[in-house]
Amino acid sequence: MAAAAAGGGAARGCGATSFQRKAAGGSRLAAIAGTRPSVRHGQLLLSSGLPSLDCVLGGGIAVGTLLLIEEDTYGLYSNLLFKYFLAEGVVCGHDLFVASAKEHPDNILKELPAPLLDDTYRNELGEEGTAVKSEDFQDSMKIAWRYQNLPKMEASPTSSTKFGHYYDISKRMSPELFQSIKRHSFYLHEESSLEPKMKACNMNSAYARLLQSIQRIIYQEGFDGSDPQKKQKTILRIGIQSLGSLLWGDDICSSDTPEDIHSLTKFLYVLRGLLRKSLSACIITVPAHLIQNKAIMERVTNLSDMVVGLESFIGSERETNPLYKDYHGLVHVHQIPRLNSLICDVSDTKDLAFRLKRKLFTIERLHLPPDLSDTVSRASKQELAGSAKLLSSGCGAMAIGKRHLDF
Amino acid sequence: QGKFTLLRDTRTDGSFLVHHFLSFYLRAGCKVCFVALLQSFSHYNIVAQKLGVSLTAAKERGQLVFLEGLKSCLDLVFGEEEEQPGQPSPLQFLSESTSDLKALFDFVRTSLTPNGSDSWKGPVLLVDDLSVLLSVGAAPVAVLDFIHYCRAAVCSQLKGNIVVLVHSNEDSEDEENELVVNSLCHHSDLILWVEGLATGFCKDVHGQIKIIKRVSLQLTAEPDLIQIYQYKIQDKNVTFFARGLSAAVL
Repeated sequence: MAAAAAGGGAARGCGATSFQRKAAGGSRLAAIAGTRPSVRHGQLLLSSGLPSLDCVLGGGIAVGTLLLIEEDTYGLYSNLLFKYFLAEGVVCGHDLFVASAKEHPDNILKELPAPLLDDTYRNELGEEGTAVKSEDFQDSMKIAWRYQNLPKMEASPTSSTKFGHYYDISKRMSPELFQSIKRHSFYLHEESSLEPKMKACNMNSAYARLLQSIQRIIYQEGFDGSDPQKKQKTILRIGIQSLGSLLWGDDICSSDTPEDIHSLTKFLYVLRGLLRKSLSACIITVPAHLIQNKAIMERVTNLSDMVVGLESFIGSERETNPLYKDYHGLVHVHQIPRLNSLICDVSDTKDLAFRLKRKLFTIERLHLPPDLSDTVSRASKQELAGSAKLLSSGCGAMAIGKRHLDF
Repeated sequence: QGKFTLLRDTRTDGSFLVHHFLSFYLRAGCKVCFVALLQSFSHYNIVAQKLGVSLTAAKERGQLVFLEGLKSCLDLVFGEEEEQPGQPSPLQFLSESTSDLKALFDFVRTSLTPNGSDSWKGPVLLVDDLSVLLSVGAAPVAVLDFIHYCRAAVCSQLKGNIVVLVHSNEDSEDEENELVVNSLCHHSDLILWVEGLATGFCKDVHGQIKIIKRVSLQLTAEPDLIQIYQYKIQDKNVTFFARGLSAAVL
């Protein structure tokens, strides 16, 4: 990246973007902690803090890209993802930039989940895995013998490399881990007014201040490669909470005809420019369910690299639906980027759901439980058929009629 | 010569066509002005290398004029005050209240007007993602004016070609975008409409492409010629096949 091409990059000055292909001769400089190069497109990948989400996103979050999370109705689970991203940054030694208009960033950082020590958790995982495998080998299939040779389906997408950590939500991260981490924060209500250096661009002033703050940090700390003296390269993880909500001074969430529908998209465009030319990655949570004007969400989706929507079952009729009894919500992956290549790593599973166990949050393939009910009533069968209709893949719904034909 | 091609995508990503046209025109020896609003230069460079063309070499010999939208936007927003007075930034409309795209058009025209020493065949204007201009604050009328001026300058005067990518969606709520797309559809000579399959995601068939040759524009009372193919994108090329005859099925 900008790091590997620093030798040539220094000659070209600050024009080098972070999308440089790594030099074929391997890394002459030490690799940046917590990253690994992608096989597909040669970019450096970061973990999002949740290994199952990394698999869904095609290996991880590429440096220089933006991950947009569409919040669920009460913002509980998107907050969790936000904290996972930051916690991963702490564990890998990256710098953090937290921006929020809701809570003070220091409070957010105090509530990060504690990382699980590798050996204890992986032992648990490994034990379960081997237990299942030994059962399998013992009985070869008698009836469904055609399926004998198919690979065993994994419920939760996992990868075998040691990239990404597991976190225990019930515990807080201890302050010692924070000692060596440089944290920058932007709390809207404590920020001074706009300095005259940046042209306002007719953008919402809160967004303008945030952009200026991000640009200043990137420039001062040398994330854009402008300071070739820096030996130890690291990544800047930027987290912006609830962008577009009323607290940021934007009324797209509260009115049908907002005053300025371009502020958020302009912000995202300039942010995209900043990310592409620096060693950073960004996570933004947006309360998409509150935005009345759907055109804005379409534009926001086009301007972001990865878009993941969370839909929780809290308060909806699905909470009591027996189909979903093991899960707490659905995950919709709306967009995956094609970086440096014509194709992207789309995962095969399109029906994803998440669940929050006592200590762990995982994203898994949605399994329907077997239909063992003896109910004769049409009502329940119709509801099940309706829910099954929703499991069709992203691009279009299957044309199933409402009536459940009973033979 | 003098053709306006519209690349339109729905529910999927049609940027592979942009990469194709870029390398196609560079290999044919045309002078290309590429307005890349959404991605960085290295992204296009790496893909073009897979397709057999080097963008840096083309830039150095003057065959390619590359406007990197992200970079000039940053220069405009965070740049110092010392701009050269004769060279306003092409994305001027971002910072000023005038919402016309005149500066962008001037940039396109100056980069494609041949100066005496050039020996390139016809000029070509390539725009990656006109929908971004709308997102960033340009009015739809301003965008249509810009395209109109470009057609007058590039297609009629300089006998060159224009290729533009737009996003559209049938049930989209983005009316401004739909307005621009519909208007461009009526004016284009060739429409390449890339759609995701109506039945959902498929590993072997990534989508279908509808090729519409606007024969009806030539006033000979013939209807437009429409051909539909399905395609699969691979690492270095894209394979096209008739509907239902993908390699996985045969």
